[in-house]
Amino acid sequence: MENNLFNYTLHLADNSLTMGHRLSEWTGHGPMLEQDIAISNIALDLIGQSRNFYQYAAALKDDSVTEDLLAYLRDAREFKNLLITEIPNGDWAKTIMKLFLFSTYQFCFYQKLIDSSDKQLAAIAEKSLKEVTYHVRWSSEWVIRLGDGTEESNKRIKLAMEEVWPFTGEMFQPAEYESLLINNRISVDVSEIKNDWMGRVKSVLEEATLSYPEDKNTWMQTGGKNGIHTEHLGYLLAEMQFLQRAYPGCEW
Amino acid sequence: MEETKQNVTINKAWKLMEDVYDPEIPVLSIIDLGIVRDIQLSNDAIEIFITPTYSGCPVMDVISMNIRIALTENGFKKIKITQQLSPAWTTDWMIENGKEKLKAYGITPPIGKSFDKKYLEELKVECPHCHSLNTKLISQFGSTACKALYQCNDCLEPFDYFKCH
Ligand SMILES: [Zn+2]
Repeated sequence: MENNLFNYTLHLADNSLTMGHRLSEWTGHGPMLEQDIAISNIALDLIGQSRNFYQYAAALKDDSVTEDLLAYLRDAREFKNLLITEIPNGDWAKTIMKLFLFSTYQFCFYQKLIDSSDKQLAAIAEKSLKEVTYHVRWSSEWVIRLGDGTEESNKRIKLAMEEVWPFTGEMFQPAEYESLLINNRISVDVSEIKNDWMGRVKSVLEEATLSYPEDKNTWMQTGGKNGIHTEHLGYLLAEMQFLQRAYPGCEW
Repeated sequence: MEETKQNVTINKAWKLMEDVYDPEIPVLSIIDLGIVRDIQLSNDAIEIFITPTYSGCPVMDVISMNIRIALTENGFKKIKITQQLSPAWTTDWMIENGKEKLKAYGITPPIGKSFDKKYLEELKVECPHCHSLNTKLISQFGSTACKALYQCNDCLEPFDYFKCH
């Protein structure tokens, strides 16, 4: 039970950290200054959320476990994030599509986690939900702008949709540690938020003149929640963890 | 008697918090912002409960340090600072006086209450320079996560709007 809660909290922390780190790669490279600042701020929100989860996970263990150790000294195989958060940014359209699908998921998810019987998870959800509301709004506007924009932007966002879509199935398939926490109302039953998510995604896609992929036979990628990752996570961690690995215990 | 003495100490701590400022918006104290949620005293240890504005707000550590300094300089010995996430911080906790100071500083204060969901719709945001309502949203994220960037269509000056949250 205790270990399930630890793993579940790590899963939530890893989601936010890897997504936050990926988005931070745009800092200094955004298509224009205002959007560069926007995406950097979203990255910061996500990294802040991950800190709250890591601190809680560390508190569940003895004093030798710290938030830095959990974020910076675990190997790829121990990370439990959704694959959608680790795949490379690609162009602006792909980054936007990843963020839109993921933020909408987080929005639906945190709305349920607020009612968790675990008080700390509920508190983090309450805090995060406010921030994610802005992320959903910002990324939705971009999906609409690109979809209903020029021929080129429409082509790119469509391609982004095709590339990112297979990474959405995993969001609604609980891992074992997750399932085992449903009965005592600690975890969210993710299979139950799928309809809410679909409805929200559909309405934005419609406004963007894009179609929702109804094809039930799309092959969905899975594994992230259980530590089976794409090759991209290793590279991401190599950069993100460099400092702690080269200078153990370094602080500033 | 004992209880009164305790109250005096707690009130003194509250008063000191009025001089601890947000490093990113140096006209606002942490009291103006509504960051200090509670102050308690037990066994000579003073405990300050603060809530972060945003999860990733980088100044929370600096604020904690400044609280510690303010208390230490005024004779407090045992100090505990506890970060509390729930209930989540909202701009509704920003005190009126704080909103006035913000405006005088050139940042438009949050409009309306966060819970009426108005903050997600189009707002008439007043330019802090010429007071025109003819302004446009440039970006939902300004110089920090808590602010949005606007521009005035009349005086053409860009300005920050402290978003409802
Ligand atoms: Zn003006």
